[in-house]
Amino acid sequence: MPSSTLSSLFKNKIVLGGIVSLLLSFLFLFLLNNIILFAVFLIIFIILLFYNFITVTRKLYDSLGSRLMLLVTASIIFAFFLLLAVLINGSLHILSEESLSSLLFSSTWKPFSGEFGLFAVIIDTLIVTAISMLIAVPISLLSAIYIAEYAPKRFRNIVRPFIDVLAGVPSVVFGLCALLVFVPLVRDHIAPFFGSSISSGFSLFTASLILAIMVFPIIISLCLESFNSVPIALKEASLSLGATKWETVKKVIFRASGPGVLAAIFLGFGRAFGETIAVSMVIGNQELIPKSLFGPGQTLASLIASNYTEVSSIPILASALIFVALILFVVVLIFNILGYLVLRRASKRWKY
Amino acid sequence: MNRRNIEEKIFITLMLASVFIVMGSLVLIVAVIVLNGAPSLSLEILTQTSEGGFYLGAGGGFLNAIVGSLLLALPATGLAFLIGVVIALYLQKDFMRPSIANFIRICLDILWGVPSVVYGVFCLTIMIAIGMTGGSLLFGIIALTLLEIPIITRSIDESIKMVPVGLKESAYSLGSTKVETAMKVVRRQAMPGIIAGVLLGFGRGIGDAASILLTVGDSNYFPTSLSDQTAALPTMILNLVSMPDQVVQNKAYAVAFVLLMIVLLISIITRYLTKKSSKHIIK
Repeated sequence: MPSSTLSSLFKNKIVLGGIVSLLLSFLFLFLLNNIILFAVFLIIFIILLFYNFITVTRKLYDSLGSRLMLLVTASIIFAFFLLLAVLINGSLHILSEESLSSLLFSSTWKPFSGEFGLFAVIIDTLIVTAISMLIAVPISLLSAIYIAEYAPKRFRNIVRPFIDVLAGVPSVVFGLCALLVFVPLVRDHIAPFFGSSISSGFSLFTASLILAIMVFPIIISLCLESFNSVPIALKEASLSLGATKWETVKKVIFRASGPGVLAAIFLGFGRAFGETIAVSMVIGNQELIPKSLFGPGQTLASLIASNYTEVSSIPILASALIFVALILFVVVLIFNILGYLVLRRASKRWKY
Repeated sequence: MNRRNIEEKIFITLMLASVFIVMGSLVLIVAVIVLNGAPSLSLEILTQTSEGGFYLGAGGGFLNAIVGSLLLALPATGLAFLIGVVIALYLQKDFMRPSIANFIRICLDILWGVPSVVYGVFCLTIMIAIGMTGGSLLFGIIALTLLEIPIITRSIDESIKMVPVGLKESAYSLGSTKVETAMKVVRRQAMPGIIAGVLLGFGRGIGDAASILLTVGDSNYFPTSLSDQTAALPTMILNLVSMPDQVVQNKAYAVAFVLLMIVLLISIITRYLTKKSSKHIIK
């Protein structure tokens, strides 16, 4: 019956919305006295009414919807290149004033006298990242294996959510703890133990320590995921051949979950490399080539955080900091692409 | 005992030691914040703004920082969710060739790995270019949105990958269009992943200090417009720590405690909602 089809038509919210908006636009056009457009819309409306109404609106909705979705998806690629373009454009100023080699290989950073050498900062960044990864990777891998393979189920059920929560704890909270606990610890115990008696505690080593702790939950939770996705049949086959549990872990589980473990390490590296706030709270913020691990330093990311307030007084400093951000972005870019290539090869080789 | 068993014993000892180190250090972090933060927390500190010498040891609280943080993170998460869910749905095979979709995934992974300070610098650059100084709520929201989009998109994308092909095919065979299938069938099936992704993004956004530090400035009052400067929890911790007075420094632990509780609350809500929404999933 026509009346029931009509009422079911109006129950469809999309159709109803379309009709209401069409009527509104008619009103608008009528008020504007634009007779031609009014006529065109009226004809479209009549065609829509008489030509299988719902099919047309649904198809229209589908094509409009997928165009809109394409637009949004394209905009994220646009944002990616916009980010790169803005950073490059911003750092052109400093690159025209100083050569790339003097920026990268001179070690005096004195913004007020116009010297922007980043060598010391780059060395510090490498040292801090390397030490934190040296501490974090073996410890996280061993604990992930224990939690996944050896630990009793009750322990696992408590630990996993705890680690997931800690992966989301803000870095400033870690920094605050480092300030209260690790700075005095390094000053009073660790630095004297290694024979450097005069250390303020604000040092490269303190920063590496807190970075390692920040990276623990990330590497562990990703490793657990990939250990858990290893098929049980593989483990059982290895154990039934007489391998011990550790041999199974070493020769079967590690190989089968190799790509996942590598991805976890890459992600941890990225976090340690780019961490800003926690590092800038404990590293001492001095742009020096380190004489010892227990002296102050500065990483690329913390350099931005500790210098940005002067940006309005020294215009070229802004450009220098944008250049530092560009370095961070490019390193992350290169590392991600390398990681992607390595992972693709690894997952081909380590197929099971 | 032979060599193999000895090796096993050695490595189990090493594993136990490293589990102890990891759990010990993480418990230590939480304990330090809770033990130092909880005592300095009071009703006054939670319900007043920081005007009138909060940084100088006088009374006052950090309600403006809590409100500021929420005003930054909520709109940013909303925007990032709207964009992220659309991109994640569009990355399916139905809409896009897998090679192009994988290229976009790599771009998103790179954006995920970009340190948050880079987003801060990006927004700072634009602010300098348009002649705005000091910071504003708007650019803080933009920086956080950029930070959250890859997180939310990639986690929704991962959960959409798990949607069975048969489900989509039956939706198509009943005559539904691509957009209808994506928006009605796939979205509902991926709901737990969407919730988890959004709350993960919100947690990252509310706790991120580096991008906020460069873009929002500071204020002792509630922000009233998008161009206002505003306080936020992470930047307030940094400000408090840099004060010379020990009493004022201790307030930083109270702020950190509140921040930690918010993150904890988000994670509990995530667990509850994912469990609740996964009831309606067709396996």
